[in-house]
Amino acid sequence: MAAASKRPFRWHIGVFLAPAVLVYTAIMILPLAGTLQLSLFRNIDQSQVFVGLANFRTLFGDPNWSVGFWNALRNNVWFFIIHMLVQNPIGVMLAALLSSPRLRFAAFYRTAIFVPTILSFVIVGFAWKLILSPLWGVAPNLMDLVGLKSLFTPWLGKEQYALTTLSLISVWQFVGIPMMLIYAALLSIPEEVIEAAECDGITGMSQFWKIKLPLILPSIGIISILTFVGNFNAFDLIYTAQGALAGPNYSTDILGTFLYRAFFGFQLQIGDPNMGSAIATMMFLIILGGVCVYLFLIQTRLRRYQF
Amino acid sequence: MSTATRSLPRTIGAHAILLTYTVIALFPVIIVIMNSFKSRAGIFGAPLTPPTPKTFDLIGYTTVIGQGDFIHYFQNSLVVTVASLFFVLLFGAMAAFALSEYRFRGNTMMGLYLALGIMIPIRLGTVAILQLMVASGLVNTLTALILVYTAQGLPLAVFILSEFMKQVSDDLKNAGRIDGLSEYTIFFRLVLPLVRPSMATVAVFTMIPIWNDLWFPLILAPSEETKTVTLGAQLFLGQFVTNWNAILAALSLAIMPVLILYVIFSRQLIRGITSGAVK
Repeated sequence: MAAASKRPFRWHIGVFLAPAVLVYTAIMILPLAGTLQLSLFRNIDQSQVFVGLANFRTLFGDPNWSVGFWNALRNNVWFFIIHMLVQNPIGVMLAALLSSPRLRFAAFYRTAIFVPTILSFVIVGFAWKLILSPLWGVAPNLMDLVGLKSLFTPWLGKEQYALTTLSLISVWQFVGIPMMLIYAALLSIPEEVIEAAECDGITGMSQFWKIKLPLILPSIGIISILTFVGNFNAFDLIYTAQGALAGPNYSTDILGTFLYRAFFGFQLQIGDPNMGSAIATMMFLIILGGVCVYLFLIQTRLRRYQF
Repeated sequence: MSTATRSLPRTIGAHAILLTYTVIALFPVIIVIMNSFKSRAGIFGAPLTPPTPKTFDLIGYTTVIGQGDFIHYFQNSLVVTVASLFFVLLFGAMAAFALSEYRFRGNTMMGLYLALGIMIPIRLGTVAILQLMVASGLVNTLTALILVYTAQGLPLAVFILSEFMKQVSDDLKNAGRIDGLSEYTIFFRLVLPLVRPSMATVAVFTMIPIWNDLWFPLILAPSEETKTVTLGAQLFLGQFVTNWNAILAALSLAIMPVLILYVIFSRQLIRGITSGAVK
């Protein structure tokens, strides 16, 4: 950590590093390690007793926990799939359109499409709840304009639609991030490459598929892993739109809300820090697994082009 | 940029798609703000039309300002965000300088250690963070939030800032050293002013998640004294489920400061995101 060199001990390196390292270690790394450790203990007669993997056996095996856990995990996977299938392709498409040369109003579109991303979940969750509410008629009225009023149902209140609806709301909010990152990647493609392609008669759509897309694959890899981490860590949107119980009937429960209820308890359920830690540990392993897959399997296979 | 001629239909198509998506992105925000200025009858009677003199009503705003302690929540959010931002930028820049400027044993390891937090969310340590805050008596204080957000913001700040600090010319720093400046002076007087634009980028990136966070205020500082605007709005909206005027007004009040700041800083923010491209 501290500087060790042939020259006299360089104290200033330590001074420069110390505040960041101390705060980061004390507030982030140690609690993270502490949480992982707590998941191996259980509170028996007011004292923490080491129980090995018993909490995890409860989480996977005891129907009181396992039903909720697998449900939350399944929902979370669906939440992620929708993001990957809807958010990222839309983001790439918008970025491709925005980066087309001499497009007018590009700055305006860019700024406007990014607006939802800066709003808090509380605003987004509530605003959409109001808009989709059958009480207020904004959504039915709009659907009436295109003659689809018969298709309207209170999506957030129906078990089979609620999770997908919330995923799409989250997509609506975050589409700006892949758009911006891909936009940046597209701008960094040197002109010579594009000009060479044009000389060979590759323009328009085929230029995008054959030239630009392979060059922006590393950025698509980055947005995928960012989406993965963000989705498996999500909580706020579900909590504001559906409450801690992630209704209707737990159909929108994801790992974040499940962790919240397990840790703090809710209504009849009593909070249990050790089970909460066990769930947080599972989330940690899932996210770590995703990051490792990205770092070792995806990133190493993506060819990086140096210009 | 390429000078190839683009066909007119394709340009129109691009505008059509972008415009459609812009409408989708802005429509919910506009509809909430528009309806917040209407009477109850106006909100339900014609939700899609802008307020007319007949339906114009500020009842929602008077309810919110009369009921909620929003000014106080706003102050809390401001204190937390500004203080966290200050520490993230100061500590982050210092660490980034150490990592990018000096070669020492463990440099790479230290960089990786600090980068760990970019991928692993701090939220997973909540159980132990709460225990730590209880043990140190910091529950329901803004200090707890500031500490957590500082730790949360540091990894990305160090990562981005060290990339930029590598670009500061060595000659300049060495000239300073020859003139007898201490390493601290070189950092604060020479390097910091040069990386100011990237500091602004980091500031914007750090600020948005802190201002919008619901999880840590809910868990670490839910008391009336320390509520942030996001948590306050959440609870307020929960209480007034049936008072649509008040809800719409509260939402608009929560949207507007962020929106105004965004419009002012959007150029900076977008330049920051695309800075990798426009080297």
